[in-house]
Amino acid sequence: MIAIIDYGCGNLFSLSSSLRALGIECRITGDKDEIIAADKIILPGVGAFGDAAQKLRDCGMDKLICELAGEGKPILGICLGMQLLFEKSFEYGAHMGLGLIKGYVGPLEGQIPNDLKIPHMGWNKLNLAKSDPIFKYIEPGDYMYFVHSFYARNCVENTLAFAEYGVAVPAIVKSGSVYGMQFHPEKSGAKGLALLKAFSEL
Amino acid sequence: MITKRIIPCLDVRNGRVVKGVNFEGIQDVASPVELAHFYNDSGADELVFYDITASVEGRALFTDVLTQVASEIFIPLTVGGGINTLDDFDRVLKCGADKVSVNSGAIKDPSIIEKAAKKYGDQCVVLSMDIKRVDGSFHIFSKGGRIDTGIDALEWAKMGENNGAGELVVNSIDTDGVKQGFDLEMLQKISDLVSIPVIASGGAGKKEDFLELFKASCADAGLAASIFHFKELSIRDLKNYLNDNNIEMRI
Repeated sequence: MIAIIDYGCGNLFSLSSSLRALGIECRITGDKDEIIAADKIILPGVGAFGDAAQKLRDCGMDKLICELAGEGKPILGICLGMQLLFEKSFEYGAHMGLGLIKGYVGPLEGQIPNDLKIPHMGWNKLNLAKSDPIFKYIEPGDYMYFVHSFYARNCVENTLAFAEYGVAVPAIVKSGSVYGMQFHPEKSGAKGLALLKAFSEL
Repeated sequence: MITKRIIPCLDVRNGRVVKGVNFEGIQDVASPVELAHFYNDSGADELVFYDITASVEGRALFTDVLTQVASEIFIPLTVGGGINTLDDFDRVLKCGADKVSVNSGAIKDPSIIEKAAKKYGDQCVVLSMDIKRVDGSFHIFSKGGRIDTGIDALEWAKMGENNGAGELVVNSIDTDGVKQGFDLEMLQKISDLVSIPVIASGGAGKKEDFLELFKASCADAGLAASIFHFKELSIRDLKNYLNDNNIEMRI
């Protein structure tokens, strides 16, 4: 069973529907015992980093996620959920993240040519930097759906795949059993679902 | 780099997909869920659903359709039609929409754009505009293209961007349903003015129209309904054609 952590950040309908469509048992939950009992965990998230990080701390979910990561439980952060895995973010101020992956989150603004629009929104190609079981069902150059204005930095050694958007945008990151995806696999058609399937089989 | 997008638009009335020409003469086309599956399988990059029902029963049917589509199809979904308040945003987002398109609702109360952008994020708010030439300038029309609001379309587009709209759907009433190509003149004026993505709508009749649109780089996406619904053009063939002509597509 995959636990989708419900901490009041984000619309979890598509994510749970996509797992169900794959025949993967999942539960949207904020219950700690249920999360501890799950085989794998997904940390979703949309909105602002500061708010989301605070909500995780308020319900003590930050400590639990770090403990479970320490035990080697597979964890997948999606979009803002991926950014929360890093040490800190400079999205409107400076905020502490979970610190499960080295690096920080900063704005695309000022880092990419002016003719490129922000947010980075739409379908972009995955360039694979390393081999990993998460790529079991996809090919280099497959497209995923991105929507974000901030991106992970200083994390080259933990980057499994990146997308080109004026800079190399880390698209899939990994440290130990912890994965992060900047794009939305649950909105990336069959290829996105293939990544979720591979995660469920880790 | 991100690809240009091809977006079929499904006008839903009383639970069925319908299509008119120049906003009139509506005919029944198909079941929205079946059509959504068909488009997803043939490579659509996104789907847009407009709820063009006015009745309460129609609205309930629409949310049922939307929930079903969103639980079966995993590409971005935009929903418009009858969006006037934050409660309307909430209602369709809960059914699985990713973006919400506001049109007449923003004309009635422009502050809805800013309020929704603050609550759900810019990426969630799409400003849809029905535009027609009037005495040499471009005006915003409301009520499905029937009423001239007198609002200048270029100023309206800029207002939308400044208040937090994440995307613009630019629908030309002059070219809608005529199938003689997109309104490049108008699209160019708007896309020169804003830095958010512009979705071109109205006028697509053949694959060359999309090539012309993207070569002119005045839009990030092309939206069409009838040529896809009536299978005059398949999305798969269109995307292959564009890709062969150096327009990056998700194939």
